[in-house]
Amino acid sequence: MVRALIVNGKAYEVDLPDDMPLLWVLRDGIGLTGTKYGCGVAACGACTVHVNGRAVRSCQLPLGEVAGEVTTIEGLGAAGTLSAIQQAWVDNQVAQCGYCQSGQIMQAAALLAENPDPDDAEIDAAMQGNLCRCGTYPRIRAAIHDAARRMKEG
Amino acid sequence: MASVGKIARRTFLIGSAAILGGVAFGAYAVYRPAPNPLKPAPGEAVFNPFVMISRDRITLIAPRAEMGQGVRTTWAALIAEELDVDLDEVTVLHGPAAAAYYNSALIGESLPDRGYDRSGFGDLLGDILSPLGKTLGLQVTGGSTSMRDGFERMRAAGASARETLKQAAAVKYGVKREQLETARGRVILPDGTELPYTELAEIAATVQPIDALVRDRSEWRLLGRSMPRIDMVEKVTGAARYGIDVRLEGMKFAAVRINPRLGGGMRGFDASAAEAMEGVEKVVDLGNGVAVVATNTWLAMQALDAMRIDWEEAPYPPDTEAIFARIEAAFDEAPNSTLRDDGDAGALPEGAEVLEAEYRLPYLAHATMEPMNATARFTPGKLEIWAGTQAPTFLAMKAGEAVGLDADDVVVNTTYLGGGFGRRVEFDFGVLAARVARAMPGVPVQVTWSREEDMTHDMYRPGAIARMRGAVKDGRAVALDGQVAAQSPTRGIVQRVLGLSAFGPDKAHVEGLFNQPYAIPAFRVRGHLADPGVPVGFWRSVASSFNGFFMESFIDEMAHAAGRDPLEFRLEMARAEWEPAARVLEAVAEMSGWSGRTPAGVGRGVAMTYSFGTPVAEVIEVVQAPGGIRIDRAWIAVDPGVALDPGNIRAQMVSGMVYGLSAACFGEITFADGAVEQRNFPDYDALRMHNMPRVDVRILENQPDLGGVGEPGTPPAAPALANALFDLTGKRARSLPLIHDFDLLS
Repeated sequence: MVRALIVNGKAYEVDLPDDMPLLWVLRDGIGLTGTKYGCGVAACGACTVHVNGRAVRSCQLPLGEVAGEVTTIEGLGAAGTLSAIQQAWVDNQVAQCGYCQSGQIMQAAALLAENPDPDDAEIDAAMQGNLCRCGTYPRIRAAIHDAARRMKEG
Repeated sequence: MASVGKIARRTFLIGSAAILGGVAFGAYAVYRPAPNPLKPAPGEAVFNPFVMISRDRITLIAPRAEMGQGVRTTWAALIAEELDVDLDEVTVLHGPAAAAYYNSALIGESLPDRGYDRSGFGDLLGDILSPLGKTLGLQVTGGSTSMRDGFERMRAAGASARETLKQAAAVKYGVKREQLETARGRVILPDGTELPYTELAEIAATVQPIDALVRDRSEWRLLGRSMPRIDMVEKVTGAARYGIDVRLEGMKFAAVRINPRLGGGMRGFDASAAEAMEGVEKVVDLGNGVAVVATNTWLAMQALDAMRIDWEEAPYPPDTEAIFARIEAAFDEAPNSTLRDDGDAGALPEGAEVLEAEYRLPYLAHATMEPMNATARFTPGKLEIWAGTQAPTFLAMKAGEAVGLDADDVVVNTTYLGGGFGRRVEFDFGVLAARVARAMPGVPVQVTWSREEDMTHDMYRPGAIARMRGAVKDGRAVALDGQVAAQSPTRGIVQRVLGLSAFGPDKAHVEGLFNQPYAIPAFRVRGHLADPGVPVGFWRSVASSFNGFFMESFIDEMAHAAGRDPLEFRLEMARAEWEPAARVLEAVAEMSGWSGRTPAGVGRGVAMTYSFGTPVAEVIEVVQAPGGIRIDRAWIAVDPGVALDPGNIRAQMVSGMVYGLSAACFGEITFADGAVEQRNFPDYDALRMHNMPRVDVRILENQPDLGGVGEPGTPPAAPALANALFDLTGKRARSLPLIHDFDLLS
């Protein structure tokens, strides 16, 4: 059946099965490839998006259960209009291969929305579901602290 | 390029050690320049295969795989340094697969000498052999060679383009080239008038290229500084396009399932349920597996799950125990190599204490974050591929071969790589895509492997066994006799690429052991090649990934047996052999405040490995915490000779170390019933945010040569951690992963 789906503030009509995970709806259905496939079992966090502002693993969320507006990395900011958190990622030169970073940034953005000044233990707890095989963790941590400062200063 | 395989078969082999078997090339064939693959449009100047300037843009070609190591940025900086442009003024492209983009350093890296003690003759031999990389079309990103390859050549390419642009301005304005300056992408006339390069392109295209000397380091503007990565904004906005993100008009999505018993065939399959699914467009019989082409990737994966497939047996022993029995049996055969044989390792001085230990390391998967994939479009007589590849010319050759085309009829578009680590030197993912696309002529098909398919169909880091024998006397090492048995990754890939059996001493099987810069009076290393038949390949730092562990664990055991501080023990042997190795050890000692003592509940270990031209020392500190043993701190000292981009080098050191620590703690590929047992990240985990140590990196520049940085951070990580665990618990890790024997925070 055809469903209405709001992604990054834009309305899409999608004619895809209800049990199709949101990840594949985004990537193969409507062509938003910034959200990544890594494991398909919610073990790596590469597919993290926001639904109504909360971080979810889109590989585990069937289209039929998407209740709310979806935000992906493309909706957070683009070149020239980077969000504070993306700017912190640039300033701290976080990414290496970069494949996991969409998910890392979406997870971190959800953390900061909930907790504007997380300490290291809170960052550990929020971010440990997001795998990075390049080992960029120290710079991710620094960028989260940096973004928190930036957002506090407005 | 088309005849690379043929040329190689006829004339010589690149085997384990750049073996030259009666090279039949004339000097001309070897030394003539490879054709420039860049074809200028009207008004555009192509200065060399790396610099192209049109009326509206300056384009630099960085034909190396950007897989996270930052090569696109530093490669472009090498050219930009001499061209007098800033990185934000240029477009940087990977460019096509072409012999002109051969890696000139790869063959030098494979010479069977120790590296750190390379004589003038060794350097000369490397120089003589380097054009063979071109003849072979070795456009490969690997062996931590990119900077060693590009350092001179790319600066020369930039300098030549700059002088040619000045000559164009000189012709146009009737002045002498020597009167002109350049800066920020402009030629500056004696009266101060600035002429953008883009405006000079048309005339420059008609000027004979001019060779120029490169500048002294003291004049560098970009090199030697931490440059912002040119791929960073794309990578934080989701705009960077990896192989898996390729989207083409009319593209279909496919998934594959290949026999989990690697190399085994298929008796048959029942596709009726899959074919009945709405959106499934085609089921392709691949002989050793099946592909489903559908309207989306998820559906294609679902269709494969609905299929019954009858697999044939594996061409290797069915379980881990039987595979390791085959590896162990290699010790009974004559060694393939004895690349170090100082003194007499058979005779021991009177009163020496003898130690013996056996170590075992598992097979490992690469587990790149982006699973294997490629996109292909086949039309009669032509194949186009989009893929993240470390070896585009191999891919063109092998994918072409698979669909009956010459490599010249194959276009390879190299995307960003979501991790490489050696996995994407292979071409299996591209060949698969080509074969699936051939079944649907004219239709672009993206073939994505599920994580499970990726993890169970790798070319694994070989499992390895070492038998170490050493002797200490009066607080010093007097003998070290190491034997290693493992499959050869080089032989695996030479066989896959060229269909040849390599021969000769296999350096990439014993590196990390035979070439360590320690002076020990009797020091012998023998390599025994095993061949149980498991597909193996290059895994970040290759044999140094296991030999580094064997060497640095056993040296630690020797230090303790000698009653010495493990760092002091190493330092003494390094000082006597190669000063830069001693200096990295001194640096980590200072950084970590190494005293040889740790408080209760804290353990420290050190390791130093020389690999890919670079010595790296690491100290790791572990702490007994309530949730388990935590890796708390790490200190790394590295000497790459010249620090071309310190920020990037620090990132590579941390990255290499994390890759090594992840494998040391959790990594293990095992076999049952012929198939790999680990299928996804829950079975093959890595360090994460909460168990990642704090890390400090120091970069030294004491060695005369430029060394690699992508891999050398990996080998010392596992032994430094194991040595720290010994310090903490008194238990010696002689096998990995550590999670089996230690209560690690996971």
